[in-house]
Parts: sequence; C-alpha cells; structure tokens
Amino acid sequence: MSGSPQLAVGSRVRVRDDWPETRGRVHIRTPHYVRGRTGTVVRCLGDFPNPEELAFARPARLLPLYQVLFEQPQIWRQGCAGDQLLVEIYGSWLEPS
Amino acid sequence: MVELETPRAHHDLGGAGTYICQEIDRAAHTPTDFDKEVDAIRQILGAKGIMTVDELRRGIEGIPKAEYHRLSYYERWIRSITSNLLEKGVISEAELAAVLAAAA
Amino acid sequence: MAGTVLRLEEVAGERLLRAVAALLAAKGIASPTEITEQIAMTDNASPAQGARMVARAWVDPPFRALMLSDGTRAAEMLGIPMRGAPPLGVLEDTPGLHHLIVCTLCSCYPRVVLGYPPFWYKSAAYRARAVRDPRGLLAEWGTVLDPGVRIRVVDSTADYRWMVLPLRPAGTAKWNQDRLAALVRETDMIGVTLPRLAGG
Repeated sequence: MSGSPQLAVGSRVRVRDDWPETRGRVHIRTPHYVRGRTGTVVRCLGDFPNPEELAFARPARLLPLYQVLFEQPQIWRQGCAGDQLLVEIYGSWLEPS
Repeated sequence: MVELETPRAHHDLGGAGTYICQEIDRAAHTPTDFDKEVDAIRQILGAKGIMTVDELRRGIEGIPKAEYHRLSYYERWIRSITSNLLEKGVISEAELAAVLAAAA
Repeated sequence: MAGTVLRLEEVAGERLLRAVAALLAAKGIASPTEITEQIAMTDNASPAQGARMVARAWVDPPFRALMLSDGTRAAEMLGIPMRGAPPLGVLEDTPGLHHLIVCTLCSCYPRVVLGYPPFWYKSAAYRARAVRDPRGLLAEWGTVLDPGVRIRVVDSTADYRWMVLPLRPAGTAKWNQDRLAALVRETDMIGVTLPRLAGG
C-alpha cells in the first residue's frame, strides 16, 4: 500500500472510528476528536513511512498523507459557524464517505 | 466544560476539558542549557539513525499521566531518550546505574 | 522491562542527562564537541528566518507563489538549510480567512524557520484550547479579527511543519524588505497575533 494518492483533492472522507489506544501500547498521530468524523481532502502531501510502526522501530510501510478539512463547530458543538479545522491524516485512517 | 466522550490518551490534548478554561502562560521562557543539550542529543541520535522522533514521542506518551504533566518538556524528552536507549540496548541498565552511582 | 532495579522516575532530569551524555560520549555516539556544535546550529534558527520569507513574499509575487506551493524550496532559495528537516508548508491568510497553528499531540513546530518552539506553544492549555476555542485563545493575545473573518485551525500532527503567511499590514506600501521583515514576529507566523505597526 504505497505510491500515488488514492484519494483525490475534494473527496469526502470519514476518519475511522477506531481506538487502538484502548487495546495496548500504540503510537497514533490521528487526534481523538476527528475519529468517526467526516471531512474533505484539501491537499495530498505525499507518501511517508507509517509513524505507528516507526515508533516501535519496526519496518514502516509508506502511507499517503492528506490534509483534511473539518467544520469546527460540528466537532465540539460550540464555536463560530464557518470556522474550520485542518488536520494531517494518513490514508490508513481514512475511508471514502 | 464537557469533554468529548472519547477514550483519548492523556497526551492527545485537543479540546481537553481540564485545560480549556486555563489561561495561557505567554511569558517568554528562554531555553536553558539543560533544554538545549537534551534537544541536541535527540537530534544527534536521529541523524545517526539510533532513534527516530516517532520513538521519542512514543516514549513520552508512555510516561504515566500525572508525571507527564508534572515534568517539564525536556525532562520528558530525557526520560524518553533514556528508556529508548535502554530498550534498544544502546546502553545497559547496569552501565547507567554505575554512572549514576559514581556521580552521586 | 522485567526485573528493573533502576527507577527512572526517581532520577532528576539534570542527573539523568549527565549520565546519558557520559555514556554516549564513552561509546563514541555523541561527544561533548558534537553536542556543542549541534546546539550552535540549532541556535542559528530563529524567527528572523521566517520573517525574511514573509517579507520577500509580500514584495515578490513569484516568490510568494513558490512559497505557497513548496515552502521547503522557498526557504532554500533564501539560504535556509533544509536538509534533514521536515517539509515546510506555508498557509496564506486572506482578508476572509485566518490561520492558527497548533500541535495537539506534542509540539510540532516549524523550527527550521522559527527556532525553538516557545513555551506557550508546548503548553497543555494552548494545545487543548486552540482547536476548540480559537477565538477565546486569540483574545488572550489581544488579537481581534475583523467581523466575518473565518478561522482555520491547523493541527500539525504529522510529517509537515506549517507556518502562516500573514496579511501585509496597511501603511507599509513604501517599506523595503528589511523593514518589513523587522515587523514580523514568531507569533504572527503561528497566527496568534497579526503583524502591526509599532504603536499602531
């Protein structure tokens, strides 16, 4: 699983609603507040070795990295309409929405 | 403030209710000699392929919550660096104990 | 680690550093000279680098375009050493959109162009609040956005490092690059403040 990005700019994506930290020692770069949320891909940043594997000195596969845009008030149920959150997320955490 | 009901790890601080009403300490804190030396060692270990920044972070996240928030930023780093070096066998526990004892 | 006799939590940071540094020196991994050199190199990076990029972008449209599409190359063009550094991304403020950078997971910061991250950037309060209450947070710096300006909070959690290209303040039309660069602060390039004229 590497190479060219599988998700195009403008794609609607959902972040997997997964909580590996409840199952043992892990290292995760997907912030808790975006899990299970839907956003839009705004940039494809290229392929990077998976930090979840690098963190344990294991061979790391390349993953596409995206910048995904979310509506901020939807996440916190507070805030100003129109404000947004832009988060870097690896392809392994995203599924088409 | 209400927390999002997620089983977040303690370092995963976005929106954390405990801090959401806390004022930001905006004062300038110049890095100390200790801070700079720990930072430099981390960079050297990274450049020499001995330890990645991801391993540093994993080690920091492994510090128990109360301690994580009590330690200074670079105190967390030296703890993580040390655990990583021990785990990888770059240094041994016996060696470290001996140096610590000699300096005591 | 089974059978651990050494309790790291009982060793003060300074003592641990001295011991680790002694072992790394003895093993030929990091000598005191190497450490001193590394510190000197790190000290060279400062917000003045980022400010130079911003000022150049304000007066040089092709440079601005390059900076927004490839921050790393733009930095290299100004002689900022980027080898070994994470890729640099630059996000442009517009009259209707303001960017604010945070790392909620640790403290990812565009060190190569801004230097050591400031204390507040690494604080739990900043990391918790920026993504949830950005306007309340900006108010602590006295930063008030014009009505209708949207905020885009950037959670810098992965392989890129992000900085903000702020709007050029009014009243600087005749200023040269050096004078413009002197105006730009680290807080302007993270987005907690806006560049402003002294006394303005």
